[in-house]
Amino acid sequence: MPAFIWMTVLTALRILRRNRLRAGLTMLGIVIGVAAVIAMVGIGEGAKRAVQAQIATMGTNIIIVWPGVTTVSGVRGSQGGAVTLTVADALDLKKKIPLLVETGWAKRDVMQIVNGNRNWNGPINGISPSYLTIRDWSFASGGPFTQSDLDSAARVALIGQTIVDNLFDDGEEPVGAVIRIRNVPFRVVGVLAPKGQSAQGSDQDDVIFIPFTTAERKVFGTAFLGSVGAMFASTDRAEDLPEAVDRIREVLRARHRLQGEQHDDFTVKTQVDIGRVQEGAGQTLTMMLFSIASVSLLVGGIGIMNILLVSVTERTREIGVRMAVGAKRGHVLMQFLIEAMTLSLLGGMLGIVLGVIGAKLTTVVAGWPTVISTDVIVVAFVFSLAVGLFFGLYPANKASRLNPIEALRYE
Amino acid sequence: MSSLIQCDGIWKQYRVGDVEVNALKDLSITIEPGEFVAVMGASGSGKSTLLNILGCLDLPSQGQYRLNGLDVGSLGSDQLADVRNQEIGFVFQNFNLIPRTSALENAQLPLFYRGLPLAEQRAKAAAALKRVGLDGREQHFPTQLSGGQQQRVAIARALITAPSLLLADEPTGNLDTQSSREIMGMLEALNREGITIILVTHEAAIAAYAHREILLKDGQILSDRATTGASGAVEV
Repeated sequence: MPAFIWMTVLTALRILRRNRLRAGLTMLGIVIGVAAVIAMVGIGEGAKRAVQAQIATMGTNIIIVWPGVTTVSGVRGSQGGAVTLTVADALDLKKKIPLLVETGWAKRDVMQIVNGNRNWNGPINGISPSYLTIRDWSFASGGPFTQSDLDSAARVALIGQTIVDNLFDDGEEPVGAVIRIRNVPFRVVGVLAPKGQSAQGSDQDDVIFIPFTTAERKVFGTAFLGSVGAMFASTDRAEDLPEAVDRIREVLRARHRLQGEQHDDFTVKTQVDIGRVQEGAGQTLTMMLFSIASVSLLVGGIGIMNILLVSVTERTREIGVRMAVGAKRGHVLMQFLIEAMTLSLLGGMLGIVLGVIGAKLTTVVAGWPTVISTDVIVVAFVFSLAVGLFFGLYPANKASRLNPIEALRYE
Repeated sequence: MSSLIQCDGIWKQYRVGDVEVNALKDLSITIEPGEFVAVMGASGSGKSTLLNILGCLDLPSQGQYRLNGLDVGSLGSDQLADVRNQEIGFVFQNFNLIPRTSALENAQLPLFYRGLPLAEQRAKAAAALKRVGLDGREQHFPTQLSGGQQQRVAIARALITAPSLLLADEPTGNLDTQSSREIMGMLEALNREGITIILVTHEAAIAAYAHREILLKDGQILSDRATTGASGAVEV
């Protein structure tokens, strides 16, 4: 049997070589289908990894709480419009929920920043020092401000790379310099290491951090002291996130005295929820690719079936001779199945090569990251084999059911 | 029981449209090992049908056909394929070589379906080609060979399994006189070596090589007689 399969594969290859153009055209559907899948999955996978990397720049295992909608006499305010979350909430959460490693809080506003004769409008964030740990910020130079800076409402600032680029000359040392935010002088104590774009596409390095208390009292002029723009918390393990979210809701509802039917006056989201939106978009793309690939593999398979039916007719006499000298139906069936699979497999391999080249080319030309996984290649390989098997079955069966006498007499 | 072929009351019916045609009618023959038989008859006399049945390509509608004592009628299509592979060699009028395939591979085809190791297939095919005088032409394609040479490849293919029965259907029908003589001489020599040959032809000169002549008409045996054999014809 091994000798039979080997010879049949050789015969199939010889027949394909003899009809090079026909074989090439027949394989085209499979080639295009497989190449499209390989290239697109490569690009999709690359994009997914990039998004995941961007989400990771938020920090790890993060929970974010925003102030929610307030309802005053049935009129609902805008999202985040309420001043329901306070520093006291954040501190209490940490005390009551052991799962939370850290809680932090922040409040932001866009304001003018001046250094000498240059100015820039950037987001000013009043934060607790713990915020930096939760969001995983590190420093290019200098360092963070401390709890005592927060307690004393010190006028110190941490600035992002975009701020450095816009307010300082090349080579000028930002750490130690004094910049003015809304005319209040601040000493720069640290420059943040760049994080690049966020998953939503905004520039994460266009940022200034100052102590929360300083922001509240000296820059923003807040009416309700202690109200925060958002709270942040982190857990040790990603698996703890859902439970931590539930506990946070419980504690906040109790603190805000919300009764059974009343809506939350805050919104809790985890990093996972934010990532899910991106993944959803990725899945839509994948489904679309999958349907395109299915259609072209189907067309390719029908092409193979068509050419095989022609081949069975052309070679009727040959089939008759083979039967006369002792070929069983199984032999004839196998011969045509192997020919179909050789055709589809060759097409598949060609498609894989073209797809990988296409993906690499996309990286070089368009600069998109692409990831070619062995999984995709294996799947493409198996799939093209399956297409050959499936679409070869009908013609092969037809060949094997020929009557040897009629086949021998066929002109 | 020692007969090679034993046909008892064989009938073969075909249906052409609504009409039932009896190609063979209650035909009985016995052929012993080592015989050289010519089957003659006009077209439509049933000689091709008989050859198909004797070659296990077709089964009789009624009656019993025993080949080497084996009741062929009881076999399934795979078993029939095995019988053809092991017991029978075919030589056709139009050679029926597989196109664009070398003489060697054509000759080795029956062994291929026997599942022998490749090296053994090749060695035996080369030996068979040598036996029919085609050594040195193993890699030639059918189109590169003359009609006589193609028929010799077909004979090599038929001989390679050392069959007990060689069926030749108008083996010289597409050949010139010279090639015909060569091919018939070769069959005659094979018969002397002990191979049973059944030859279907409508040419008396070709039938003359055989030692027994069966004449068919309308699916029945008209005459069955021993002839002298006409080796003399070769020695013109």
